[in-house]
Amino acid sequence: MSPTVTAEQIEARVRDAISTFGPEPDEVTRDATFEALDIDSLDLVELAQIVEEEYGVRIEPADMKDMKTVGDAIDLVAARAS
Amino acid sequence: MSGNGAMPEGCALVTGASRGIGEAIAKVIAADGIAVGINYRADREGAERVAAEIEAAGGTAVAVGGDVSEPGAVEKVFDELEERYGSVLILVNNAGTRADNLSAQIGDEDWDHVIDTNLSGPFRATRRALPKMMRARYGRVVNIASIVGPRANAGQANYAASKAGLIGFTKTVAAEVARRNITVNAVAPGLVETELSEGVGDHLLEHVPARRAGTPEEVAACVRFLASPEAAYVTGTTLTVDGGLSA
Repeated sequence: MSPTVTAEQIEARVRDAISTFGPEPDEVTRDATFEALDIDSLDLVELAQIVEEEYGVRIEPADMKDMKTVGDAIDLVAARAS
Repeated sequence: MSGNGAMPEGCALVTGASRGIGEAIAKVIAADGIAVGINYRADREGAERVAAEIEAAGGTAVAVGGDVSEPGAVEKVFDELEERYGSVLILVNNAGTRADNLSAQIGDEDWDHVIDTNLSGPFRATRRALPKMMRARYGRVVNIASIVGPRANAGQANYAASKAGLIGFTKTVAAEVARRNITVNAVAPGLVETELSEGVGDHLLEHVPARRAGTPEEVAACVRFLASPEAAYVTGTTLTVDGGLSA
């Protein structure tokens, strides 16, 4: 991970990005499922674009199939950014 | 909620814009105050002429080389334009080719070349453009198809397959990205006076109700509308420009 980017910052950025897709910010908890938040595959493609641009982290289509919750996405990005 | 707000900062890319329909499209988009990438495969001189004419008229344009049938070239064209003008928010997939023959005599090379240029090229360019359009919550993709595809033209099976495929591609991508204020449409010219159509339409002219071939400018006018903010609620459609031939 870049020394200037912390896990907390990544979590905040991912949650903020997801909240721009429709759900209220306080609904975007680590345990919230994308299904419950009405986040679909198009939203995840955009999330992948954001984290690639900002952290250089690539989320592949195969990764998206395993991402069910907000926490899954945060953990994947944090692990790959490290 | 209306989706027809102004276009955010960005630019347009017109593939195959060194002459013909592509040239006319690039000029009308530039006339709307949008910076335009004039893509060319081999005709650098033509593309630079088009860019210079746009600049002379007060617009902004640059010639960008790259064969859209080659995956790596599409990436390079986008990188160059994004660095210069920002995200490509209007993409006009115009570059096209033909290699006519009866189906029984089309070689693999001629089949692949036409499909690669007319169908895979637009796919790769659209795939490259969409993420930025999604983030901008704005995008206009216009695919230049043809009335050949929806209708038959003996001797053009590869071309027809590519253009019919392009129309199918247009509809599905439109459905995928509509809620991001990105529209994806096709324009299907009939008989239009260009180098590419030379010799194709002579036998068709008598069947054209308008009794004449169309001009590149008439096709460009339709693209200009579909590429505009005002066309926000038009997506997944194919606008036929054929003087009534398909009527």
